[in-house]
Amino acid sequence: MRWTWIDRFIRLEPRRLAIAVKNLSWAEDHFADHFPGYPVMPAALILEGLAQTGGILVGHTHNFQKNVVLAKITAQFQREAHPGEQLTYQAELLDLNEAGARVRGTVHSGPELIAVADIMFAHVERDQLPPEIDDPQFVFQGELTHLLRQAQSVIPPSPPPTAL
Amino acid sequence: MTYDDIFTKVRSILVEALNVEEEEVTPTSRLKADLNAESIDFLDIVFRLEKQFGLRIPREDLFPESIFQGDPRFVSNGQVTAEGLAELQRRMPYADLTSFRENPRVERIEDLFTVDLIVRYLQSRLATPAQ
Repeated sequence: MRWTWIDRFIRLEPRRLAIAVKNLSWAEDHFADHFPGYPVMPAALILEGLAQTGGILVGHTHNFQKNVVLAKITAQFQREAHPGEQLTYQAELLDLNEAGARVRGTVHSGPELIAVADIMFAHVERDQLPPEIDDPQFVFQGELTHLLRQAQSVIPPSPPPTAL
Repeated sequence: MTYDDIFTKVRSILVEALNVEEEEVTPTSRLKADLNAESIDFLDIVFRLEKQFGLRIPREDLFPESIFQGDPRFVSNGQVTAEGLAELQRRMPYADLTSFRENPRVERIEDLFTVDLIVRYLQSRLATPAQ
C-alpha cells in the first residue's frame, strides 16, 4: 500500500518553506467509504499530506540523514475537501534544533483556506529506536525516495554572486 | 521583568502548547501530572519560550531528561541517594527540592518540572546579559 499523500512538490526553499499539491480523485479507495454517496477527503489524510510536506522540509535541513518523526499536531479545519479539488500544502519552518522542529502548515483549495495546523517533529536518533527497527535510517527511504528527488528539483537556484 | 510578568507569559504559552485552561496553570502546577504534558510537549514549550523571550535554551538545560542514566551512585533501590540529590540540585538549580527530599523516589523527579521551575529559570536567564 502506498502511503504518499502528496502528488508533487512545487517549491522547496531550504530551511524556510515547502509547497506541495495533492489532487483529489474519486478513484481513491477511501472515498467509497468516507462517505457512501458523499465523498469527503478524510481530515487525517489531509494532515498526513501536510505533515509529509513539512517533514520533508525538516528532513532536508540535514540532507535526509536524520529520522524525522511526526510527534504532535494541532489543527483547525474550515471546511471539507471533495474529489476534483487540488489541495495546496504549505509548510513554513518556525523552529529547528537538534531535538526536533516546529512547522506552521496551511491547506488551501485555490484561494480558499481548508485547514491550518501547528506540527511538531522529533529527530529520532539511532539509540532511541526500538530494537525491532533494524534500519537506522527508516524514514526517508522506499517510496519516499522518488518524492525527495522531485522535491529537491524545485529548489530555486541560488542567485549569482553580486559583482562588487 | 518581574516574576509575575514572566509567569503571565509562560501561562499563555502553556495554554497554547498543552491546550489547557488558563485557570489550570498555577506556579505549583506540575507539567506532567497536572497539565498532562507528554515528552514531546517539553520540546514544544522550549521552542515557544525561546521565541517569546528571545533566548536560546540549550537541550537538557531547562528540562534535563536523562539526569542519572542508571548510575548506581545516584540511584539505589529506586531511591535517589544523597549524591544523587546533590547532582539533581546542580543540574536543576531552579527546582524546589524540599518536598522531593522527603520521599526521593526516582519516579518523582518528573514532579519537579513545574511552572515555577520555568519561571525561575527564565528569571535567572533574563537577569544574565547575553553572552
